Order: sequence, then C-alpha cells, then structure tokens
Amino acid sequence: MALYSETVMDHFTHPRNVGVIEDADGVGQVGNAKCGDIMKIYLKIADDIITDVKFETFGCGSAIASSSMATQMIKGKPLAEAMALTNQAVAQALDGLPAHKLHCSVLAEEAIKAAVQDYYDRHGIAYDASQFPDCAHCHSHED
Amino acid sequence: MEVYVDNAATTKTSQTAIAAMLPYFDKIYANPSSLHTPGQNAKEALENARARIAACLGCTPREILFTSGGSEADNQAIRSVAHAGAKKGKKHIISTAFEHHAVLHTLKRLEQEGFQVTLLDVGSSGTVTAQQVAQAIRPDTCLVTVMYANNEIGSILPIEAIGRVCREAGIPFHTDAVQAVGHLPMDVEKDHIDLLSLSAHKFHGPRGVGALYVRRRMPLENLIDGGAQERGKRAGTENLPAIVGMAAALEEACANLDAATRVTALRDKLIAGLGQIPHSALNGDPVHRLPGNVSFCFEGIEGESLLLLLDAQGIYASSGSACTSGSLDPSHVLLAIGRPHEVAHGSLRLSLDWENTQADVDHILTVVPQVVSYLRSMSPVWRDLQTGKRNFIL
Repeated sequence: MALYSETVMDHFTHPRNVGVIEDADGVGQVGNAKCGDIMKIYLKIADDIITDVKFETFGCGSAIASSSMATQMIKGKPLAEAMALTNQAVAQALDGLPAHKLHCSVLAEEAIKAAVQDYYDRHGIAYDASQFPDCAHCHSHED
Repeated sequence: MEVYVDNAATTKTSQTAIAAMLPYFDKIYANPSSLHTPGQNAKEALENARARIAACLGCTPREILFTSGGSEADNQAIRSVAHAGAKKGKKHIISTAFEHHAVLHTLKRLEQEGFQVTLLDVGSSGTVTAQQVAQAIRPDTCLVTVMYANNEIGSILPIEAIGRVCREAGIPFHTDAVQAVGHLPMDVEKDHIDLLSLSAHKFHGPRGVGALYVRRRMPLENLIDGGAQERGKRAGTENLPAIVGMAAALEEACANLDAATRVTALRDKLIAGLGQIPHSALNGDPVHRLPGNVSFCFEGIEGESLLLLLDAQGIYASSGSACTSGSLDPSHVLLAIGRPHEVAHGSLRLSLDWENTQADVDHILTVVPQVVSYLRSMSPVWRDLQTGKRNFIL
C-alpha cells in the first residue's frame, strides 16, 4: 500500500519491543482512546542507561510503527539521548510519514519523555520541568 | 487469497456493462445533440438507456435525469426542492443524522442560507420510523430527505411508510438510494418517492455516472448551466458510454436480485462468526439490513491498523475510524447510533457481493479474529479493560 513507506510497514507489521516491563523504572502514557491513539512506554534504567524498553500502542499503523521505531532508537542509549529524541528524527528514521500522520511521531516523542519524567518522579531525581512537554493537548478530547 | 469485501465503496464493473459500453467509444461516438444520423443514433441509445433505467425504478423515462453520480443527484434534488419551498416561505427540512455527506453537507449549506434542518435521531440500531418523520413535520416543512439504506451500517429504512407520511402531508420526499438500487427491489410508485438518487458504480456499472429520478411537476433547478441537455436541467455533453453501461448494469442487477438470498446467507455467517469475538458488536439493524453489509466494532483496537493487517492477508475492507475518515473524529454514522468515540475507532465494514464465496467467508473468519487478538495484545486500552482500570462498553 502506497500510504506508508516500506520502513513504516516493516515496523508496523513486525513491531520491535512490543510488550510490558512489569518492574519498569518509568512508565509514560500519552494520547487518549477518544482520539484513537494511546501510546504507553515502559523503561528499565540502570546508571542513566535505558537497558530495556517496551511499548503498547492503541492506534493506527503509523502510531504502532512510530512506537516501534522510537523504542528501537533509545534502547541501550543514555537517558540524555532519549530526551533529545525528536519527532522529526522518528519520522525521518521511518522514511517519512504522511503529513496527517506526523502527530503519531509526536506521540512517540512525548511518550518517551513522559516515561523519563515518571522515572525521575519515582526516584526523587530533580529535573527541569520545562524540558517536558505540557501534554494537555493530548487530552483535549477528553470530556 | 484475495477477498474484495468493499463493494459498498465501489464494485467491479461487470462484463455486461463493459461490453455494452465499448461500441460507444469508437463506433457510436457522435454527440447526441447533433442532427446528423450518427448523432441521432447516439440520441436513440441515450433515450433507450433512460427508458431501461426508468423501467427498473417503475417510473417514466421523462422522470430520469442523468448526472455525474450520486453526490450530484443528491445536491440537485435537495437544492431544487428546498429553494422552491423557500419561494413559498417554507424553509424547514427533515432528514436523519446518518445520511451520506452528499446530503448532510448540502443541508449544512442550506442552513447557511437560512433553512432550518431537523436531523432525526437514528437510535441504537440505526433507523428512523415514519412516526418520527410525521412528528417532525411543521407547517413550513418543504422537504423530507431520508436515505434508503445506510452505506456504513447497512440498515434499510422504512421508506414506503415514510413516503406515505410525506405524500399525505403533501411534502416532497427525496431518498438517497445509492446503496439500495441494484440490491433491493425498487418501485418509486409503491414507495411514494418523489426524488431518488442513484449511482452506477455501486451496482457494477461505471464510475462518474448516476441518475436522479424526479417525479413529474417536482421543481428542478440547475447545478450546471450551459447547453440544453437533459431538458435544460443539466448542461454538458452526455457521457453516453457510461450511461449505456449504467443501464446495462442496472438491468443485470435487477434481473439478479435473487442472488441476494445467497449473499444474505454469507453475510449472516460472517455476522454469526465475527459475533463470537469477545467484546464486539454488530452495527446497524440486524433484520432490515442490506444483503451484503457486515459492520462491527471491536473494543480496544483501532480500525486503520486492523485494515492494514487485513490488507496484508488479502482482505480488502473499510473502517469508520478517524484515521480512515481523514478527520479527527470517527464516522458520524457510528457516533449517530451511539457508539462512543473509542469504540467507533475500532470499526470494520465488510460489504459482500454476489461474487463472494463461502471460501471468502471462511478466510475472513480465520483472519479477522487473529488480527483482532493480535492488535489487542499490544493495546494499552485492552490491557486497561482486562485489568478493570477501564470498563468494557461492548
């Protein structure tokens, strides 16, 4: 189907890192079911390195592919690198997304950041709140 | 294995229609408006097609106007009757919440012109009653427009009863019958229909051609001004090959209405089989239903990913999710029958036709449950439903 690049289709039909980490150090969830996409990222972190990452996604093909690609891009990387991951980088790695699907890569970036923030919160690590997006718009459709 | 089950979107042009059309590209190609012999031969073919279509609907040839398709027919019917009503000071229109956008957006436009529109509630099974129509009628009602059958969820509406209410009240009645013509018996007299829209490619005819049935003495205004084609009501050189193809396809479809019994049997097998999937629900009226329509919602998954995975397995279907509708909201039809957004996103429509087989049904019944459980296995919504953090709706 010409809707998506081959890379998107590969990550959609063979998603990497699908699943749950029961004893995750940080969990981030963005989006809402009403809008049709939710992304949930689980992180396992040791010495500021993301040793494992899993995701669950409710959403369209590009949402699943974006989650898959984003988790692959941060696995084994320092937290700082995960925090620096942009939606453009995810979309580029997927060989592009249709314009109306770019928000899926935004969700992936935000889900990772939300998981890192959760890790900081859980472990009492101080951080600059301004580096985390205000996710209010993800919930704008919620009643 | 390839299974095309998107016949409500469009159908394969039948061999009968193709064969009927071919001579009109390079043999009988003159302009029907021309006075010379080839032109008059073309004119004869045009009028012959008109008569054959009229016969399938139970009207006279003079009451058939050729258009570019269902959308144009809907636009012209609704605007014509509404504007004629406005001249008499009547600016109220009754319709339903789950009409096709060709109707709803035309009504939206008329609202901007000062018309008032009542959209009847279609309830959880997706239909309206004649009583609802009767109760909505006001002294200033100038038009009732109610679809014959719904394109997404397959409900067939009580058109004859609604037509009778309108006739008794003296209000013009239009029906968008795009999904019904060629699939259900049609009789505009019996159903008291004043205007009816149809589209050829929904019954194995070619695309880009349709027709509007307009009862005698109904008002008709032009959407396209120009030459005197179609009694001056629709300018532009007639698309004769397509019109001839439409007539051939409609005759063939009407002669094969019996095939609906077989299609209905396949449909019911699919409905029974897919109904076995936990937390799923059939959309639309279970009884008064188009022969080929199967529409389901599956909780905890999203429709576009479902379609893509079905596509990978050779099943070509459609969905009413936001991602497939090209907007932020899922299908207005699913919302109109009360499906919440999160459930409407997980919808699947399979529309069968006489070419579908038992093997197709078996393939679908093997693949769809697998794909649904696979997507659920990676869905955080499904996890929340399973763990009780979120309540099941279906």
